[in-house]
Amino acid sequence: MKKSRRRFLIAGALFGGAAYFGYQFLSKRDRLAKPASFKLNEKELALNGWFKIAPDNSVTVMVPRQEMGQGVYTALAMLVAEELDADWSKVKVEQAPVDKMYANITMLTDGLPFDEHDKSYAAAVARRVGYSLGDTLGVQATGGSTSVRDGWESMRVAGASAREMLIAAAARQWQVSASECTARNSVVLHQASAKQATYGELASAAAQLPVPTQPKLKDPKNYVLIGKTQRRLDIPEKVTGAAQFGMDVRVPVVVYAAITQCPVFGGMLKSFDETKIKSMPGVKRVVSLPNAVAVVADSYWRAKTALAALPIVWDEGANATLSSSQISEQFTRDMESGKAGSYREEGDVIAELGRAAKVIEAQYHVPFLAHATMEPINCTARVANGGCEVWVSNQAPSLVQWIAGKTAGIETEKVIVHTPYLGGGFGRRSEMDVVVQAVTIAKELNGTAVKLVWSREEDMQHDMYRPAAMAKFRAALDGEGKPTAWWNRIVGPSVTLSFMERIVPWAASDLMQDKTNAEGAADLPYEIPNLKVEHVLSRTPIPVGFWRSVGHSYNGFFKESFIDELAHAAGKDPYEFRRNLLAKHPRHRKVLETVAEKADWGKPLEKGAGRGIALHESFHSIVAQVADVAVTNDGEVQVKRVVCVIDCGQTVNPDTIIAQMESGIIFGLSAALFGEITIKDGRVEQGNFPSYDMVRLAETPHIEVHIVASDYPMGGVGEPGTPPIAPAVTNAIFAATGKRIRQLPIRAEALKA
Amino acid sequence: MFSLKINGKVQQVDVEPETPLLWVLRDTLGLTGTKFGCGVAACGACTVHLNGMPMRSCITPISVVGDYEIVTIEGLGATQLHRVQQAWIEHQVPQCGYCQSGMIMAVAGLLQQKSNPSDAQINESITNICRCGTYPRIRKAIRSLADQMKGA
Repeated sequence: MKKSRRRFLIAGALFGGAAYFGYQFLSKRDRLAKPASFKLNEKELALNGWFKIAPDNSVTVMVPRQEMGQGVYTALAMLVAEELDADWSKVKVEQAPVDKMYANITMLTDGLPFDEHDKSYAAAVARRVGYSLGDTLGVQATGGSTSVRDGWESMRVAGASAREMLIAAAARQWQVSASECTARNSVVLHQASAKQATYGELASAAAQLPVPTQPKLKDPKNYVLIGKTQRRLDIPEKVTGAAQFGMDVRVPVVVYAAITQCPVFGGMLKSFDETKIKSMPGVKRVVSLPNAVAVVADSYWRAKTALAALPIVWDEGANATLSSSQISEQFTRDMESGKAGSYREEGDVIAELGRAAKVIEAQYHVPFLAHATMEPINCTARVANGGCEVWVSNQAPSLVQWIAGKTAGIETEKVIVHTPYLGGGFGRRSEMDVVVQAVTIAKELNGTAVKLVWSREEDMQHDMYRPAAMAKFRAALDGEGKPTAWWNRIVGPSVTLSFMERIVPWAASDLMQDKTNAEGAADLPYEIPNLKVEHVLSRTPIPVGFWRSVGHSYNGFFKESFIDELAHAAGKDPYEFRRNLLAKHPRHRKVLETVAEKADWGKPLEKGAGRGIALHESFHSIVAQVADVAVTNDGEVQVKRVVCVIDCGQTVNPDTIIAQMESGIIFGLSAALFGEITIKDGRVEQGNFPSYDMVRLAETPHIEVHIVASDYPMGGVGEPGTPPIAPAVTNAIFAATGKRIRQLPIRAEALKA
Repeated sequence: MFSLKINGKVQQVDVEPETPLLWVLRDTLGLTGTKFGCGVAACGACTVHLNGMPMRSCITPISVVGDYEIVTIEGLGATQLHRVQQAWIEHQVPQCGYCQSGMIMAVAGLLQQKSNPSDAQINESITNICRCGTYPRIRKAIRSLADQMKGA
């Protein structure tokens, strides 16, 4: 448990570093490359790497991001279709193959843990490493609420460029000027001669023409799709059971594998007694992995049944006595005496706290959390004839390709990755553990494909968890109740370092700070003259990973709880108190004012009820929420109503924004009311939904979402709905009961009348 | 060998008697619309109908299915979309979609028994987990279906 304090990390800078060099590199690259590596079906034509045109005039957009429920297949197709002037009723989508032209540059840029103008040695080293890594991996990935922001430029340009080509082809055919031709609904029209031709008819002639690299984009006021709700393209097949998830992939000649991993973190496989299960029906092989054992059989149920009967001995290793309370004690020690890295410093906090009229202090704590995607972790793989084929619901196909190749011992290019629909991602599916396992097993099967399926218990006990974290605040209030100093120290493990150590251990180093540790804390919008935000890296043997909204998921709770405590200490209304600290933040103020108005802030509630407010910016979007709760005498919390307001700048598919807010609220509410992964004897105590429960229909509040009309640059929508809900609810509990919740999940015992 | 009536067709399967119906549907018969979510009847992703009643197939051994008529998501709207499926499109319910087969089967089963359920009855009957949190739209879709019945 005692960890060395030497580690700060370059790791956080890796994807970020790739942005600095990678962006320049990629932006120069021809992102309009003509037929990229994707497969053209008979008679289909591609004018660039982003979509295909068929003779029936249908357009198939190649979407390089993964659909995990966030609506990205539809929103990205809208970008191409808008500028292409395609007939939306004939637009389809397909998952793009792995290709460097599809790299997610916005995710890299957003990941920068340092100012991009930082000329320090550390930043330079990070960029150099990041450059090579970004170039190796291409980073074709989905995360950080970046998909639409990243596609905004490239996919509109792809549509506009092809539109110019189609018009040019028609003009040449009709021997008229291109400027006299217009395009609408996948048809080019020459008004004067009343000539018209469909995109399907024009595609082959257009394909012979030069590719315009700087096509004219539409004036936003002429948009017919962007900013107007379109029905999601994936929904029809998701209501009939036809939609194919990774779990549903059916490959000829397949065997099934069930796996069990050492229950103790860091433990290894010692031995097992294969003879006990050899004669069980359907059993083909037992495959040992360093920390796991898998049974291969002719059906999943037979594999799972045999695995349950297999005697296994584990070497539990050094962590066999680890517990949650030890981790909390470590956090408490590190809070007092750990080495803190600074994430923001303005004015002189220490001096101001020393002379303040009133000092308020509070400490908060959140637990580890599991992702618990509805689709349990699974991967199908085949290693044959010097190649490797992988079918897996994943958030990072370029990583899958690289890791599968490394595991199979073949070149990256020889790996074919298929990405079906994801039955939930939330960050979990950027992890490569199951890919390594499936390919390792497949290597032993002489060309037979294997479908590896984890049980729910394996998923719950071998996740890469949202880190547990602790935060302490001290603030000074002047005689008028205005905050004059804000000190915030956060303690916890680093997600980026943990992730890097799994994926690229050679690059995980101790030079840079992980931005995600303090995101949502360091960028506090409230205008307080003396500010200090710091983080103490406190490592544990529990692997941690990207969990919907990452650092914001806990810093949102911490900071919005504490600002509420300050409002109370100052004797002010929590909404007015926040609003008065946002004089120079008109955008935040507008979101806050809108939520107060829509949620009837200030109007009385029935007895035993309370109303709470929270405001949080994440992924370049600003969200405010107001929760109305009732607390019963038994301490049971009922969240009745949530009003949510978002400013995410330019919108693409408004109903998807609303759906993502609803989704983010429920996700965060599950964590606030139920979510807790605890450790005992080095292993996770929870195993399945009965012990790691979540919000269901009965606990779902009435949710109202309002989108603020905004001209600001586009922000993300997949994650920003999550951070404000826990503090909105706990602040409402305080309003109802006078009891301040400083630790999640909310416990009924703490609220009993 | 078990003889099963699935979506109006009789099918023979040769599996151990304790094999859950879920895995027979998915792996033996290739009906992958029914989903594995938890294996302990806690999440409802595996919900199918047995003689019109919603059942969690992940804990239903094949040996107890007997003569029951099994209907899966593939059979529910085989000829034309079931009205629950239509309402799901109308209200744009699914996100990742993984839980929705089970959710739709559960709701179709509920509405078959109670055409105009109260909110409390809905809460009590529909206990499926949706990790994407599509519940607000699920409730709206159920209410719209119940209102249609009232109007009819």
